[in-house]
Amino acid sequence: MGVEGLPILTTRRDAVLAWGRKNSLWPMPFGTACCAIEFMGVVSSVFDISRFGAELVRFSPRQSDLLLVAGTVTFKQAPILKQIYEQMCDPKWVISMGVCASSGGFYNNYTVVQGIDQIIPVDVYISGCPPRPEAILQAVLKLQHKIENPGTTPAAQYMVKEPKFNY
Amino acid sequence: MDGQTLMEKISAKFPGAVKGSVDRFGQLEIQLNADQVPAVVKFLRDDAETAFDMLIDLVALDYSAFPNHGEGRFGVVYLLKSLKLGHRAQLKTFVDEGDPTVPTISDLYANANWLEREAYDQVGVKFSGHPNLKRILNHHEFVGHPLRKDYPITRRQALSANASLMDEMDVRLEEKGWI
Repeated sequence: MGVEGLPILTTRRDAVLAWGRKNSLWPMPFGTACCAIEFMGVVSSVFDISRFGAELVRFSPRQSDLLLVAGTVTFKQAPILKQIYEQMCDPKWVISMGVCASSGGFYNNYTVVQGIDQIIPVDVYISGCPPRPEAILQAVLKLQHKIENPGTTPAAQYMVKEPKFNY
Repeated sequence: MDGQTLMEKISAKFPGAVKGSVDRFGQLEIQLNADQVPAVVKFLRDDAETAFDMLIDLVALDYSAFPNHGEGRFGVVYLLKSLKLGHRAQLKTFVDEGDPTVPTISDLYANANWLEREAYDQVGVKFSGHPNLKRILNHHEFVGHPLRKDYPITRRQALSANASLMDEMDVRLEEKGWI
């Protein structure tokens, strides 16, 4: 709220930080499979993730704060993912994109980690094989809500009330 | 050259090497003694009439759940092709569970190096004389051979740290004269 007669706006420090962070997520794509190709579609101009402030894709974990795990993670790959997560500076968030990263998907076998949450903490999961670009945008919105309101569920406006397409 | 002629050619050069043959969908599968595989493959590669200059694939199979497969638990299949003459050959050898060892052909075909490593990694067939017989697909802390029929498919084995792979890189760097 502003102070009477002065060009000043008062707020809480945490709220300002969260507002800045949620609107300038720098994603680091950990792409191991076709979900990474779908992520390229989200970044490109048709869907345009930059509308939500997350367009600056960094390929270094030290410059990014959003780890986007897109694709199958095998046990051979798992220590690499863990190391990349640990190289990221706090605060950091993780989106698990697609069923392979979220649960292993149909790779119920001896090579694939059954969900990356067995290795690193995950903030938002996306279903789909691969997910539609809209689903990734919604995940970014949900993550933004989570950053702004720690410890709450997503707001009602992000929930789909009626399906737009009747498949 | 058809399979029958090829088998007669091998038999004439190496008596006792051919143990049998099966017609697989129009292609003759020639079954060989495991010990004589490198000599036969080298002969087939260098002979002007056969000239198999390409190794298409080398796979190992576990026949333990297969009815009436004959002697030997594991089969190793060699698929050869001649780019000059356009014909193919299918060679197979069986090895026992107790000592699943086949002599290597990695000195004859460069791609056999990795194919034999894959066969060793997944099925557990050993290739004697191989320069670097270690796992290629599964990680280095993996125990067992996952494509054996007695390996439970969902037995997962976690990896603590990645291998550096510098032992292989050093060889290549040295080959190219960079170190």
